[in-house]
Amino acid sequence: MSQYRLNYLEQLEAESIHIFREVAAQFERPALLFSGGKDSITMVHLAKKAFAPGKIPFPLVHIDTGHNFPEALEFRDWLANEVGATLIARKVEDTIKQRNLTEPKGKFPSRNWLQTYTLLDTIEEFKFDCCIGGARRDEEKARAKERIFSVRDEFGQWNPKLQRPELWNIYNGRIHKGENVRVFPISNWTELDIWNYIRAEKIDLPSIYFAHEREVVEHEGQLVAMSEYVRLDADDVVIKKQVRYRTVGDMTCTAAVESTASTLDDVINEIISTKISERGETRIDDKVTEAAMEDRKKNGYF
Amino acid sequence: MDLLRFITAGSVDDGKSTLIGRLLYDSKNILIDQLEQLEKSTKNRADGEIDLALLTDGLRAEREQGITIDVAYRYFTTPKRKFIIADAPGHVQYTRNMITGASNANLIIILIDARLGVIEQTRRHSIIASLLKIPHVVVAINKMDLVGYSQDLYNNIVIDYADVAKSLGLKDITYIPISALNGDNIVDKSEKINWYDGKALLQHLEEVEVNTDVNLNNSRFQVQYVIRPQTEELHDYRGYAGKVISGIYKTGDKVTVLPAGIETSISKLEVGGKEVEEVFAPQSVTIQLADDIDISRGDSIVKSTDIPQTNNEVEVLMCWLDDKPLQTGNKYYLQHNSRLVRSVVRNIEYKLDVNTLQKEAVEGNVKLNEVVKATIKTASPLVFDSYQHISGNGSAILVDETSNSTVAAVLFAPNP
Repeated sequence: MSQYRLNYLEQLEAESIHIFREVAAQFERPALLFSGGKDSITMVHLAKKAFAPGKIPFPLVHIDTGHNFPEALEFRDWLANEVGATLIARKVEDTIKQRNLTEPKGKFPSRNWLQTYTLLDTIEEFKFDCCIGGARRDEEKARAKERIFSVRDEFGQWNPKLQRPELWNIYNGRIHKGENVRVFPISNWTELDIWNYIRAEKIDLPSIYFAHEREVVEHEGQLVAMSEYVRLDADDVVIKKQVRYRTVGDMTCTAAVESTASTLDDVINEIISTKISERGETRIDDKVTEAAMEDRKKNGYF
Repeated sequence: MDLLRFITAGSVDDGKSTLIGRLLYDSKNILIDQLEQLEKSTKNRADGEIDLALLTDGLRAEREQGITIDVAYRYFTTPKRKFIIADAPGHVQYTRNMITGASNANLIIILIDARLGVIEQTRRHSIIASLLKIPHVVVAINKMDLVGYSQDLYNNIVIDYADVAKSLGLKDITYIPISALNGDNIVDKSEKINWYDGKALLQHLEEVEVNTDVNLNNSRFQVQYVIRPQTEELHDYRGYAGKVISGIYKTGDKVTVLPAGIETSISKLEVGGKEVEEVFAPQSVTIQLADDIDISRGDSIVKSTDIPQTNNEVEVLMCWLDDKPLQTGNKYYLQHNSRLVRSVVRNIEYKLDVNTLQKEAVEGNVKLNEVVKATIKTASPLVFDSYQHISGNGSAILVDETSNSTVAAVLFAPNP
C-alpha cells in the first residue's frame, strides 16, 4: 500500500495546487502578489505546476517600495521571464508623489506601511478581483486566524469577526462589485516546510538567502544592511559581517542573521537549530506593538 | 514523514488552550521571541504565572475579552510527523466553528474535566465527531492532578464515555489520563499515573495510523479547471485539472463523465506537468481523455465500474452557519467542491439536538448552529455519494445569493 502514500510536502503541494486552480476558475482577474521572497518564489513554482503545460493564467504583481535588495529585483525579472508570466511592477515612490504621502521617518525609514496604498491603487487600476498572497499561518497570530479565501471590502479591510466559514476543501470566492479576495495558498506551510520543499524541488533563490559578506549596522541586537536608505547616527559603526537573510523584504525593515550557511542543507540545519521565529528575528516592524499585524491587516495589508 | 490534522474540542475551562500550549511548549515548538511575548502578556495578569493558554489566544479583540472567537490553526513538527491543529472554541454557540475546524480533521481530542466527568458538552463534541465521521477519537481526561490521579475515577469516566461512543458508533477511541497544566502524559509518560499503561498523548498522535483513512477503493474526480494552452505545439491539448477526491486512476481506465453519462478512457495522466501511470487521492492531477467531449468545471470523471448517484434532489443533514436564518423558499447557491448550482431547501423534517441526538420539530426558520434534516432540490443534477461513504464527494456548502456568505454546511444522504 505504501505506493499510495503522500509525504507531508506532497500533501501540502497538492492542497496548494488545488487552491491555485480554484482561483483561476473562480475569478476573472486574479493576480499573484510577488514580493521577491522565498515564499512568493515557492508560490510561482506551485502555480507553474498547477497549470502545466499551460502558462500561469495570471500576472505577477510586484509592489516595489524602492527599498528592495537589487539581487531580489534582478531575480524577479529573471523568474518572470523564465516561467513566461506577465510582470506588473508598481512603485511606492510614485504613490508617494501622486498622493502627496508623508515619507516615513526614523533611523530605518520603512515604506512597508505605505505599500498598502500602492497595492490598493494597483488593484483599482487593473480591477483585480483576487490577489494571491504568500502569507503563512505560522508567521504570526493574526494570520493563524485568517481563512485561505479572505474577503476584503472595497477599502481592502479584513474583518476578523465576519469571516466566512471555510469547510472541507470548498472555497467560496463569491464577492460583490468592489470587493476582492485575498487568497493564501501556502497558509498551512511553515518556514521549515518551505525550505524543505525548495530543497526537494531544487527551486532557485536569490543569492542573499545564502551567506555572503555585507556591510551592516547593529541596531538593538539586529543586523541591518547598510544602504542609502539608512540614516546613520554619529555613534553607529558600519561593520562587515558574514550574513544571510531568512526573509526578503525591504532593506530597511529586514534584518540579516549572522551565518556561514552557503548551501540549502546548511540553511535548513540552521533553521532547525535556531530558537527564534522568523518574523521575530528579521522583521523590524512587527515588534512595535504586539497587535501590529492585526492592525495592518484590518487596513488592507496583505 | 506524514501529516496529521486534528481538532481540539473543549472550552477554556477544560484546559484546552493549556493543552495546546503544553504540546507546543514541551515539544519545543515555541521559540524564544514567542516566549518573550508570552512573558510580557503574563506581566499584565494578576497571578504572575506563565499562562500557556495565552500562546493560543490570537487577536487583541479576543485577549481583551478573554475569549476565542474563531478557529485558529497551529503548527508543530516532531521528527515523526507534521501536525496541524484546528483550535476551535467548544461552547454551545460555537457549533459552527467546531464543524468548520473539524471538517478536515483526521482526529479529534475530546477533553473531559476529571472532576466533572462526561457532561453535556462532551456529548455535543462527540455527536459532531460522529456526524462528520472523524476517523480517530482521543478522549483526554484532564486535570487528573486535581483528583489525586485517581484510577477509579478515571475508570468510571471511561465506562461512561464508552456508552456515549457506542450509541454514536464512534470507532478507534483512545483514552488518556492527563494533566495539561503539569504536563502529565502529554509529551512524556507521567510517573504519577503509573497505573496507566498506554501511550502519552504526543506519542499516540505521532503513531496513530492515518493513511488508511484515505479511501482508495472508489474513484472520484471533479474537474476544477480546463487547461488549454492553445499554443502551436500544444494546439490540441485539453487537460482536466482537479483533485482526486478518492480512489486511484490509471492510464487506460474506462471512465464515465457525469452528469452527461458519456464513456471514454484515460489517455494520459499528469502531476505537476510530469506524466505518470497512475494517480491517487488526495493528489492534484491533470487528466486527458481519449475522446473529445464537452466537459467543464464541476463535471465528474469516475471509473465506469463504480458510478456515484446523479440526482437533482438530495436528502441532507445541514448545519446552519449564518446569523441570518434560513429563508424557506429562497434560492441558495449550492457549492459541491467545484460544482456550483442554484438550489432550494425543502421538507425540513426535523431538528437534531446536538446535545442529545433527539429529533425535534422545527418551529420557525432554521437558525444559527441548528442541525436539521432536509431535502435540497437543485437546478441541475449533482453527482455525489453519501457523506458516510465518501465524505469528500458527499459534502457541500450553501451560499446566500445576496450576501455571498457561506450559510450552511451540508452532508449528503445522511441515512444511506
